Amino acid sequence: MSAFFALVARDLRLAFRRKAEVLSGLFFFVVVAALFPLAIGPEAATLRHIGPGVLWVGALLASMLTLPRLFENDWRDGSLEHLVLSPHPLGLLVLGKIFAHWLVSGLPLVALAPLLGLQFDLPSDALGMLALSLLLGTPVLSCIGAIGAALTLGVRGGGVLVALLVLPLFVPVLVFGAGAVEALNSGLGAQAHVSILLAMLLPAVFFSPWACSAALRIALE
Amino acid sequence: MTMRWFYYAAPQTFYGLAGRLWPWLAALALALTLAGLWVGFALAPADAQQGEGYRIIFVHVPASWMSMVIYLAMAFWAVLGLTFNTRLSGMMTRALAPTGAIFAFLSLWTGALWGKPMWGAWWVWDARLTSELVLFFLYLGYIALTSAIDDVRRADRAGALIAIVGAINVPIIYFSVKWWNTLHQGASVSLTRSPSMAQLMLWGMLLMALAMWVYTLAIVCYRVRTLIIERERHTDWVKALPEVAGVKA
Repeated sequence: MSAFFALVARDLRLAFRRKAEVLSGLFFFVVVAALFPLAIGPEAATLRHIGPGVLWVGALLASMLTLPRLFENDWRDGSLEHLVLSPHPLGLLVLGKIFAHWLVSGLPLVALAPLLGLQFDLPSDALGMLALSLLLGTPVLSCIGAIGAALTLGVRGGGVLVALLVLPLFVPVLVFGAGAVEALNSGLGAQAHVSILLAMLLPAVFFSPWACSAALRIALE
Repeated sequence: MTMRWFYYAAPQTFYGLAGRLWPWLAALALALTLAGLWVGFALAPADAQQGEGYRIIFVHVPASWMSMVIYLAMAFWAVLGLTFNTRLSGMMTRALAPTGAIFAFLSLWTGALWGKPMWGAWWVWDARLTSELVLFFLYLGYIALTSAIDDVRRADRAGALIAIVGAINVPIIYFSVKWWNTLHQGASVSLTRSPSMAQLMLWGMLLMALAMWVYTLAIVCYRVRTLIIERERHTDWVKALPEVAGVKA
């Protein structure tokens, strides 16, 4: 377990020394969210209707854009091979990397989303639900995306390939994440959606490190 | 009784088997297709509600079935390839993928052609349509990943992993899309037809489904032969093949 925390601390320290990389995903989210009202029009009713979906898609794309960075740098400088060869279980170490990556690129999206929701004229309870659904959903995105990132390590056209691989797999998270806010807005209550998001999070956290380790071993062999 | 389960797992032996099988399978597929189309277009009665337009069902439904069956078959070969580390499994998975993608596309395309006269729309965001679309994307992702990696061993294994992850996700995607659809638009369009189906329509559909099965087997045999000969081109047995001997490697 100490190896897990050491790796998380190391990845966080590395991330804070390359602030531009961390912030670029976040700014992408802000800019994309600002493009939609410009394209669709400023009517508050329309924006309120599309807001949750747009913000969810924006967060999904932003967290996908940062995926190649998850293993790429470690792979280039060779530290990834040391992780694979180390006596600690690789799954645990990979989980640490995913967790650190989520803290750096997923959690800021969760914190920023309610603010952007104000631009879409979302009511306050919808803002809270948006943050909650992203809090439960973005870790799933990181877990699934990590598999794609591990598989495309060092492959030609890696970035676009990751998108092609993981976006179809993101569909359930998107459906229930955006659906939670939608359900709350329409007065149905979002408890079922939140439960299902949680039900997706737990197996994702359990199985993803395992699949990632397999993918990393394939990539490094 | 001991069976030599792995006898045909060697590319060298399977190459010969596939070579003997595929012409017969292709001929059988052609015969079944002709029979199925004849039953479907000439013998089966027109539908009481949909008239003649329903006849695309004889292509549409078997193609949708095949697109799902082939993904399962890919996942099966993927598991086999990762556990037993056999070379042929990866080739089978890769040989299946293009056919699966074509069937998924065919299913979407014929569905659109059918949907326009019946529902008045080329596309509706129905649960089945959407999950078929996602399945098509999964095929494209698999093909893109395997063709982006130059090292064939790594490409096979990486592809196997994504095929398995996709296969686990397919039911989740279907369920989530179904949930999403029922919440959004209710039952404005229902794909379920009347359960009583004329005997001849059923026969036409079964014949077409069988034809597509056999076609898939034939094309996979053919494609695997191409993959084997491409990957094993440096071996002596490939160089000794009569069809290769004259060609400069």
